Amino acid sequence: MARPPASAAPRPRLPAGVRNLLLPWTRNVPREGMVENRPFLDFLTHAVLLLGVAVIAFPVYVTFVASTITAEEVLAAPMPLVPGPHLIENYREALLHGAGNSAAPVWRMMMNSLITALAIALGKIAISLLSAFAIVYFKFPLRMFFFWMIFVTLMLPVEVRIMPTYEVMSDLGMLDTYAGLTLPLIASATATFLFRQFFLTVPDELAEAARIDGAGPMRFFWDVVVPMSKTSMAALFVIQFIYGWNQYLWPLIVTTKEDYYTVVIGIKRMIAGGGEASVEWHLVMATALMAMIPPALVVILMQKWFVKGLVDTEK
Amino acid sequence: MEKRVLFRSGWLPYALLAPQLAVTIIFFFWPAGQALFQSLLQQDPFGIDVEFVGLDNFATLFADEHYLASFRVTAVFSVLVASFGLLLSLILAVFADRVVRGAGTYKTLLIWPYAVAHAVAAVLWLFLFNPTLGIVAHWIKGLGIGWDPLLNGHDAMVLVVVAAVWKQISYNFIFFLAGLQSIPKSLIEAAAIDGAGPGRRFWTIVFPLLSPTTFFLLVVNIVYAFFDTFAIVDAATAGGPGQATEILVYKVYKDGFKALDLGSSAAQSVILMMIVIGLTVIQFKWIERRVQY
Repeated sequence: MARPPASAAPRPRLPAGVRNLLLPWTRNVPREGMVENRPFLDFLTHAVLLLGVAVIAFPVYVTFVASTITAEEVLAAPMPLVPGPHLIENYREALLHGAGNSAAPVWRMMMNSLITALAIALGKIAISLLSAFAIVYFKFPLRMFFFWMIFVTLMLPVEVRIMPTYEVMSDLGMLDTYAGLTLPLIASATATFLFRQFFLTVPDELAEAARIDGAGPMRFFWDVVVPMSKTSMAALFVIQFIYGWNQYLWPLIVTTKEDYYTVVIGIKRMIAGGGEASVEWHLVMATALMAMIPPALVVILMQKWFVKGLVDTEK
Repeated sequence: MEKRVLFRSGWLPYALLAPQLAVTIIFFFWPAGQALFQSLLQQDPFGIDVEFVGLDNFATLFADEHYLASFRVTAVFSVLVASFGLLLSLILAVFADRVVRGAGTYKTLLIWPYAVAHAVAAVLWLFLFNPTLGIVAHWIKGLGIGWDPLLNGHDAMVLVVVAAVWKQISYNFIFFLAGLQSIPKSLIEAAAIDGAGPGRRFWTIVFPLLSPTTFFLLVVNIVYAFFDTFAIVDAATAGGPGQATEILVYKVYKDGFKALDLGSSAAQSVILMMIVIGLTVIQFKWIERRVQY
């Protein structure tokens, strides 16, 4: 396995060559035949994989079943493992009225999640594209200083600076606002690095040609850089949409009003507080399933971009 | 690497960087600075009485039995999550790598849990493991084993580990499979011609060649267990029963937001930041040099 050129890895988390390793996946090249014919091993292969698929899918199947039966049937241990007839009414109840102590309707929470996820994904892409462009294509004082400033934020996950970040938000009056939900999460060193890496592979001739033709930097940005970055943007969008949709700790502390709950937080509020028996599990499970569907669809339908994004951002 | 052609402008690069720098300074540097500063202070919950105490908060923490217990819980938790997560996904990836027909379907069916929120994964498993109505809890009890994650610390640990591993398998699987597919087919064929069976080929060729990927995933999984699993712990057990699943990240949150012990919470934040920096440095130092073939 060849070492990557030193400059190609500002953040060598991924082992050398693994970027190339993923080409078979993203291009969906079928593997050649097995080395030799071993019928038992072939059988074992499919048995293990089917078992894995079944075990991984099992919790979601039970969730689906629980969301189609009544509250009493859920409580009767053991609950049935065949779907019941109450699918439509349970989902309607959850969507329009919510469940449990947090009575926010789920459609409202789904909207909040969508707004949050889109704002985070698009915001990250926008500010990272601009700053990477500045760092790669301009020569100016303090360039490396700014580069390192962005770089070190990798080492400060939100979990470890949660209390002071909360105080800053509260001082700025941004609790219970969409800006408060999204702004602290859109600064991302990973996205900036991804675009920087990509820009470094763009041939110099393009910028030279643009300059000879008299195009200014912003003209070059809009006409050349943005169109060329579309694949990277799509890959990043998939990862960041999932990241934004699934946020937990940050929305948990900046939202106190039900109007701003995201669906992930809503589920947590539905099962919190109150006694064991007061949890309306059939509605909680309907909500959980609805909370899973948008990001799962994104992963399954945009699988190639998802895998590319996962590797490019190295998380 | 430098571009040969660079634009020059007195103000434009700063304007382009401004949005990112503004967010970075307001939401990263300022709070991190605050955490450092507060870790040296002792203050009451209302911020009225503030006193500079130097490193006392750190000294108190390392003398605190609860904090040391939280360290142990985190160590056990991350070892379990990383080892089971890596082992199971490696097994799945090794078999998925053998499949010729239907490989795409298996891949799709194995990677979607990545899309599930940690908190949702926790609620799913909480439901399955719920001592009164959970179906899996019912099966466990059917085997004659006592089960109550709400009262028994070991059971609670099993619950959060299972939820965390379930959520992480898809990520590990993607990278393991990619690593396996990059191993030159000719090496494996050569070994097969020399008479090595599948097991021997795996241990003498595949596993060593996979070690860079394994090491990368090991560090990623430890970081995952340390930080990203906050939502799982909060939604499934809230650190309980007692302190049985109170990992370090959860304790920062609990001491800061619930107990309003700002100095201690800030000191814990600083310790966690140092752990993150340490893990990053280990990655830098090791990944390219040691585990390379």
